[in-house]
Amino acid sequence: MNTPLTVSELHTALKNKNYSLTGMLDGYFARINSNRDLNAFITVTRDYAYKKAGALQEVLTNNPNAFAEFPLLGVPIAMKDMYLTKGIRTTAASRVLESYVPAYSSTVFERLENAGAILVGKTNCDAWAHGSSGENSDFGSTKNPWNKEYVPGGSSSGSAVAVAANLALVSPGSDTCGSIRLPANYCGVTGLKPTYGAVSRYGVVAMASSLDTMGHITRSVADSERIFMITAGPDGKDSTLVDFRSGKHGVNKKLKVGIPKEFIEQGVDREVRGALESFIKWLENAGHKVSEVSLPSSKYANSAYYIIQPAEVSSNLGRYDGVRYGLARDAFGMEAKRRIMLGTFALSSGYYDAYYDKAMKVRTLLINEVEKVYEDADLLLAPVAPTLPFKLVEKVTDPLKMYLTDIFAATANLTGIPSLALPNGFTKDNLPVGIQLMGKKFGEKVLFSLGKQFQSQTDYHLKTP
Amino acid sequence: MPMNLSTSDVLRLAALANLTLAKKEVDILKSQLSNVINYFEELKKLRTDDVAPTSRTTGLEGVLRDDQVDTERILSVEDATSGSEKIHNNTFVVAQVITKDQ
Repeated sequence: MNTPLTVSELHTALKNKNYSLTGMLDGYFARINSNRDLNAFITVTRDYAYKKAGALQEVLTNNPNAFAEFPLLGVPIAMKDMYLTKGIRTTAASRVLESYVPAYSSTVFERLENAGAILVGKTNCDAWAHGSSGENSDFGSTKNPWNKEYVPGGSSSGSAVAVAANLALVSPGSDTCGSIRLPANYCGVTGLKPTYGAVSRYGVVAMASSLDTMGHITRSVADSERIFMITAGPDGKDSTLVDFRSGKHGVNKKLKVGIPKEFIEQGVDREVRGALESFIKWLENAGHKVSEVSLPSSKYANSAYYIIQPAEVSSNLGRYDGVRYGLARDAFGMEAKRRIMLGTFALSSGYYDAYYDKAMKVRTLLINEVEKVYEDADLLLAPVAPTLPFKLVEKVTDPLKMYLTDIFAATANLTGIPSLALPNGFTKDNLPVGIQLMGKKFGEKVLFSLGKQFQSQTDYHLKTP
Repeated sequence: MPMNLSTSDVLRLAALANLTLAKKEVDILKSQLSNVINYFEELKKLRTDDVAPTSRTTGLEGVLRDDQVDTERILSVEDATSGSEKIHNNTFVVAQVITKDQ
């Protein structure tokens, strides 16, 4: 079987009866099996998938409107193991939950299944989504499919690897500070961090509740949009959701793209800068206007983030006491302990004002600056990370060095704006490199529009390792 | 002035967070946490005297559902207790926190 790279390729093959859904799954599970060394999956849901495929094959055979009624008919998906899946083990990549089988499913998973998607497995990630490299998993590190000596980026490491190595077509991840965009960037695939309040967090293991967003990794922007149209919108279960889909804003043909100068001043790798410059060139050739803008407080975004996030982590992980489910607190790994203690410190009496309250005020400054910049810009363009993919183990002993990988991701999470990571080249060592486009709140449509325009003229997103 | 957490600082934080640490972990965390906390010093350069803190970005307020039981969205007792093996009369068995003398 020719592995499809996009949903529309898959649907064309199914319509032409090139293979049945069972035949398609045979191909995927053979690939998953032969790529076990990437350690992309914590659980492979083979039996579950074939059962689903059986039911969907009947729809496909008997219902002439099958593809309209099930827009994701037969699409093999891999869920980051942070998403609860009823009856299927969900670990958050932590030993604490190594035997946890949830009694209900996350909204995102339910919606994708209702649209006809087929779960092939639960992907590996940094435990509790704490990490930038995929190395904090209690189930072992995931490897970058372009070069197995390198990290795939995290925390949605297995999700990016699953899509890049064609082990699934779509993989929902979570992004609290780059956890979708970083691995998408290091693996050469497309990653969407949606607006905070666009996609339900219901049934996803909580990390930092004011920052967590539920996005996904796909090869193409067209597929990213297709998935977003299904996952976004209120579900009556997550009280932060906003129904924004009724507001139909047109997208300007010529966009104004701002480049925050603070994102290029800070020690950016030469090849990362090269990728940014080549994207600027493409934008200008396509008739878009590019100009430098300034977000002075963005220099401090990562510091503020590493106070707010652990504070929320210390609270959210407080529920794991081994009473209702999971193991007791001694099963937490080192990174979870670090973050719980850091958060406990920032919230403790005597330090609250100097750290937590200060960070929340910096967050306000940053929001105000972003709003101001968007008065005269449609989008912001920046690198995803200051550095290229690094080698496994290179940063594990120095948590602060690892945390600095996130400096360009923090702005979108602290302010709630959406961001789309796009691959746009390869380094001299043949590792992927890309850029991120940040939009206005609930302005995903503009991101998709520009991203599709870029991908219609380039093929970086279709390269496979 | 750089902050250097002491062993007793780390043990106090661990107690507050209900974590038990091995001696080796205490030593590692002492320096790692101090490093990260010192990184936060840069925030002092920003003036925030008249700035209100932000804890959420949606601006939504008072999002409530009707105060009615919806059987579609509640777990059965069996499902709700399915994650633990220590169940007694449909309730969770917890560790004793109060001694007889109290």
